[in-house]
Amino acid sequence: MMETGDFPRGKTAFVGHATHGMGEAHGYSSMDLMVISALKALDCAGLTPGDVDAVFTGHPNDYLNQMTFIQQLGINPRYMDNNRTGGSAFLVHAFAAAHLLASGAIDVALIAYGSNQRTEGGKLIQSIKPSPYVGPFRPMIPLSAYALAASRHMHEYGTTAEQQAEVAVAARKWANLNPDAFMHGQNLSIEDCLAARPISTPLRKTDCCLVTDGGAAVVIVRADRARDLADRPAYLLGAGQCVTHNEIYMMPDMTVTGAKWPGKRAFAAAGLGPSDVDVVELYDAFTINTILFLEDLGFCAKGEGGAFVSDGQIAPGGALPVNTDGGGLSCVHPGMYGLFTMVEAIT
Amino acid sequence: MSYPKPDVEYAEHLRAGRFMIQRSRSSGRFVFHPRVAEPVTGARDLEWVEVSGKGTVYAVTVVGQRPPAEPYNVAIVELDEGVRMMTRVDGIASAEVRIGMPVTAVIRAEGEDVPHVVFTPAEGA
Repeated sequence: MMETGDFPRGKTAFVGHATHGMGEAHGYSSMDLMVISALKALDCAGLTPGDVDAVFTGHPNDYLNQMTFIQQLGINPRYMDNNRTGGSAFLVHAFAAAHLLASGAIDVALIAYGSNQRTEGGKLIQSIKPSPYVGPFRPMIPLSAYALAASRHMHEYGTTAEQQAEVAVAARKWANLNPDAFMHGQNLSIEDCLAARPISTPLRKTDCCLVTDGGAAVVIVRADRARDLADRPAYLLGAGQCVTHNEIYMMPDMTVTGAKWPGKRAFAAAGLGPSDVDVVELYDAFTINTILFLEDLGFCAKGEGGAFVSDGQIAPGGALPVNTDGGGLSCVHPGMYGLFTMVEAIT
Repeated sequence: MSYPKPDVEYAEHLRAGRFMIQRSRSSGRFVFHPRVAEPVTGARDLEWVEVSGKGTVYAVTVVGQRPPAEPYNVAIVELDEGVRMMTRVDGIASAEVRIGMPVTAVIRAEGEDVPHVVFTPAEGA
């Protein structure tokens, strides 16, 4: 298998993006947030729902949400995709959309998501029944899964609670530069993090993502059309995807995430490496995620993530800006943060 | 061909007091969780084998609860047979459970909706 997987480098581009209702969106359904975000993203490119011929969606609890979505907007798609890879769904969508656009199977791809989980219930919406090999032990899913991974990383590499707190503090500093961030204006110190309530050790409250509302959407077209639709199209140079397990005890090595292999493929497709990257947007559902992903994507060696994020090196003014909107930790986390990483990266 | 009913058979063995996991007859590889076929190869030759019950803590978290409920641990234990499972370590304060600790399996089936295996610190460890 070719490492690049023949990814259509630079053949597609983002021409519109939007968020809506980040934080609290009283009175709006999850579908409303999806639809409004989609309309705003289409507006950026001067397109209407009738121009869209492929939809890629995510929603917290409507199993057939892609059908509700096209019904709402009056889209008659040639292709629909409502995958179930979790919060990463939208990055996987972009991978698929790029291939489908490049092949000519579709012309305008719309990726959209919305969730009102904060104002609806205040909890992460969880609709999955645990298996008999998980249920009896009552892990908090997904929180305890990442806690277990963090315990292993700390055991193998000596990663500390302070280093995980560095990730939370960096995210908060970025959030304090972003007026749309849910935690904007609330300072957070390493000491605050270390004194925060333990939820599933070693994770404390400040190691965990927010529970907010929010919607987001992006529009992708072929590069030849992108220049007519956007002043500054954001070209997609590489992408990859990988799934290693569902339940945490099946993770092959609990210190190595599935980001390792598609990261290599995406960099190979783009013809770039970690040292070429100026800014990184990662899915920081928990502070350990940022550390694991920086290692697995090659920004530092395995086991050195804790040291890499220390001394404010991923915060404003640091060597490598990471999660510049404030991330899932301090900006927005409506249950599936993935699309917001992409919106922030192309903004 | 008749296929195993993995979840049902695993639970039945536990209710009968046997901690059994599956092993492929052709590859000799142990498999957990229970399945209808060996992963990757798809080999339909999984057989139930009683395991030693010996293992080592691979990862652990302690879930806090609002008092007066006590915190409880959730652990990943690697069996000597090479597979990992989610479990809990009993017979010791949750905060004292350590990665690398040798542990021994105990079946919890009586009065349980879902029979399962927990572990206690190994004797003499």
